Amino acid sequence: MSLWRHLTRGLRALTHREATDAELTDELRHYHELSVASHERRGLAPDDARRAAQLEMGNMTVAREQVRSYGWENGIETLVTDVRYALRRLRANPGFTVVGILTLALGIGAATTIFSVVNPILFESLPYPHAERLVTLADRGSDGSALAPTFGTYVELLARSRSFESLAAADRWQPSLTGTGEPERLVGQRISATYFRTLGVAPNVGRDFTAADDEPSSPRVVILSDRLVRRRFGGDHGIVGRAVRLNDDEYLIIGVMPPRFTDVLAPAADIWAPLRAPLRSAFNNREWGHHYRILGRMRPELGGKMVGDELKALAAMPIREFSRPPWADLRNGVLVQRLQEEVAGDARPALLAIIGAVLLLLAIACVNVTNLLLARAAQRRAELAMRVALGAGRGRLVRQLLTETLVLALLGGAGALAFAEVGVRTLIALSPPGLPRADAITIDGPVFVFALVASAAVGLLVGVVPALGSARGLGEGLQGGTRRATGTRSAVRGALVVAEVALALVLLVSAGLLMRSLERLFAVAPGFDASQLLTMQVIDPGRAYRSDTARRQFYERALDAARHVPGVTAAAFTSQLPLSDDLDGYGYEVASTPSVKAGEDGAALRYVVTPGYFTAMRIPLRRGRLLEPSDAEAMPEAVVISESFARRKFGTKNPIGERVRFGPEAGSDRPWDLIVGVVADVKQQSLASTTSDAFYVALGHWSWVDNVQSLVVRTSGDPAALAPAIKRAVWSVDANQPIQRVMTMDGLIALSASQRRFALVIIESFALAALVLAAVGIYGVLSGSVTERMREIGVRSALGATRRSILTLIVRQGLTLVLLGIVIGVGGALGATRALVSLMFDVSRLDPVTYLGVGALLVGVSLLACWLPAWRAARVDPVITLRAE
Amino acid sequence: MSEQNTDVIQGTMDMLILKTLSLQPMHGFGIARRVEQISRGVFKVNPGSLLVALQRLERAGWLDSEWRQTENARRAKFYRLTRAGKKQLEIETADWTRRAAAIARLLEAEA
Repeated sequence: MSLWRHLTRGLRALTHREATDAELTDELRHYHELSVASHERRGLAPDDARRAAQLEMGNMTVAREQVRSYGWENGIETLVTDVRYALRRLRANPGFTVVGILTLALGIGAATTIFSVVNPILFESLPYPHAERLVTLADRGSDGSALAPTFGTYVELLARSRSFESLAAADRWQPSLTGTGEPERLVGQRISATYFRTLGVAPNVGRDFTAADDEPSSPRVVILSDRLVRRRFGGDHGIVGRAVRLNDDEYLIIGVMPPRFTDVLAPAADIWAPLRAPLRSAFNNREWGHHYRILGRMRPELGGKMVGDELKALAAMPIREFSRPPWADLRNGVLVQRLQEEVAGDARPALLAIIGAVLLLLAIACVNVTNLLLARAAQRRAELAMRVALGAGRGRLVRQLLTETLVLALLGGAGALAFAEVGVRTLIALSPPGLPRADAITIDGPVFVFALVASAAVGLLVGVVPALGSARGLGEGLQGGTRRATGTRSAVRGALVVAEVALALVLLVSAGLLMRSLERLFAVAPGFDASQLLTMQVIDPGRAYRSDTARRQFYERALDAARHVPGVTAAAFTSQLPLSDDLDGYGYEVASTPSVKAGEDGAALRYVVTPGYFTAMRIPLRRGRLLEPSDAEAMPEAVVISESFARRKFGTKNPIGERVRFGPEAGSDRPWDLIVGVVADVKQQSLASTTSDAFYVALGHWSWVDNVQSLVVRTSGDPAALAPAIKRAVWSVDANQPIQRVMTMDGLIALSASQRRFALVIIESFALAALVLAAVGIYGVLSGSVTERMREIGVRSALGATRRSILTLIVRQGLTLVLLGIVIGVGGALGATRALVSLMFDVSRLDPVTYLGVGALLVGVSLLACWLPAWRAARVDPVITLRAE
Repeated sequence: MSEQNTDVIQGTMDMLILKTLSLQPMHGFGIARRVEQISRGVFKVNPGSLLVALQRLERAGWLDSEWRQTENARRAKFYRLTRAGKKQLEIETADWTRRAAAIARLLEAEA
């Protein structure tokens, strides 16, 4: 009832302001009339009666204002008036408004963009129920880093650990789809039947895997992603129950995952099949390689620490039932990582650095706007003083100024959203291929709220200082010439410029260090000649080549066909390609050091190659000889090792003739391999990687023939142009072989540094924006100061100061601030760049070249910003200035 | 000579207005004059505060108002107690009596 009345009366007052006012006036007049009348009745003369009534009632206007300010509608009315007035003021001063809005849009927009990208990766919980209980388990390497676990470890933990509601294992799987349309290599995972249940999701059509599906002898079944069903099967969910042909085997489709499902361990996965691995097996097969992922859902009552403790105890206490091979003996324990952190993984340092950078930029934008507002407050002093004199309360004035600032900030916020819209799209386009959860990046609700809160907060923040400053001591404002107040204000503005320069310096130094790192990185020799190299993965999926001999024959014939393509000067196959995402290492044992067991000495990268590989890649020979075609059959098997492997294992001794055994053969009684040559180190994981222990054996000498190999082709012309001809050559041998990842080596190198480049591009653009903002800030302060000192400058030049000396005077004033900012900024940069270390390469955080360069750049740009106001000051005509007084 | 305090005791303005209007509908000046008369000049009512209080009470649903003719043919705004207002007056009166008695007891105990 009363709420209703509040609403309706309030609305009526709002919509019928004049009528309400008239009624109020009438009521008050009536009151007055009656008061006068009552005094007259008591015998006072009319004039005296009126005076008495006046005395009794007080000021009618005050009374009316008192009544008028009652009610909620009144607050709205004031707000509307304030906003309208603020808009008018902003329109009247377009220069200030445009610079202010653009600055804020830039700062808040950049922050919103980064927030959009970072939120799903670092902060938003993963799209699974109780995702905080999901962890991944890995072998802990001797240096504490995570090493992909083996299937044996999964089997043991499954049986022994009591910490998990559910455990699951997964392995990469890239089956070739044939039979419907063109052959395609799909991305998927082979998973234990518990995998989806562990994540807490289920197919929305058909059924999930059961334990029976996971038996080694059970029929082959798959579950598809909604995306794949749409793409390849016309979105028909009736596909469930039908069969598809994968790697030349029939698989029954038993389910389709929901459209919004993402498998964060394999974001590109479209197809899942059971592992069907035997829970008991010897150590010498694929199941014992370090290539699995283990996913666990912790029991709700357990904390991460308790789980870690249990696993630590398990790892330290092997039992006979689960014997462990030397390379997976869990000697260093089991690494438990929250799934969320694991997913953010490598991107984390870059993203944190970017967050830092965007906060700096936002800070600079705020400082700049504060500066603008301060400058404007100085210009508006007279206006404000006049309003105080006319009776405006201090609170009312502050409120008005804050409204103005907030309006500015909200306009900036709107601009920021537009900016972020474009920014997010650009970032997704720029993002490195491995950026996790890229599919979840959008401008959504939380981001919008963030932009709004950020703009309001910035508005209040930058509004408070100038508003308080303006309201203080306005009493004397009308008397003009309050020199002291002007003094403190310009000191505040000077301090802001110093802060701005310091912040910009931190950003510029960060960008500089990253830029130098990238430059250094690309200067690193990869260990081979990357120019004019074309690479592609050739996959042999089919049953037709199931036997190792047949598979080998296919690769050899395909190589022969590729070599005959005109423009090809050399070609070879390798099991793993440098600077791609291939990574494949094996333990080994050396005959001359029998005490060191296989795998105890770490692993070496395995390259199974066709003999022409070294010449095709131009990997220099250091000692002995290269692999030759005759090595493919000869015994003992010949091995070529890398320089760093030779140095590490044999020191200064000549390794040629030493006997070694690798991988599954290590520790067995198979015949020893013979080292015949030493070649230069090659960068495998990235140009920054430091591990280059590697061995090369001829195709046919490994325990199996890999069914995914990379063809490297050296060309005499543009390598990319040759791709179609080479693909045709491979297909001339067998048209059913999928070919993928067709890239030039130069392209691969660029890609391998894409994460650094991503961080660099972002921080670079922020640094540039910061530089511009700082320049605008310096310019604003100096030109404000020149305006204020017009008279002083006039007097100086009247007294004989030359233009040159006045120019120097102003420029010196600006440069003093800049230099102070640089000094403070260097201190900040020394600390802040700590966050960048993981992104840096071969450059010291204290790199003098970067600091000197950035300092020079800042001074140069500042000089430009100082020049204009200084030039204006130098042209001051003393006669005009002094006459104006 | 010290000036006597004629401010209405804080928080009691509403009760005084409701009480006054419980006798008959009245306009603003009438209410003010009645309060002053009955309190024998102890309370003086300022029109600004009175009209604000009237608005508040009206919005709370305790008063209704209407414009009508006075005896000397002038339009004036008259306030009238609603049923909810009557109930409110009872509550406030009871409350006030209870407190006043308590204060009185305290003061006597001191003496």
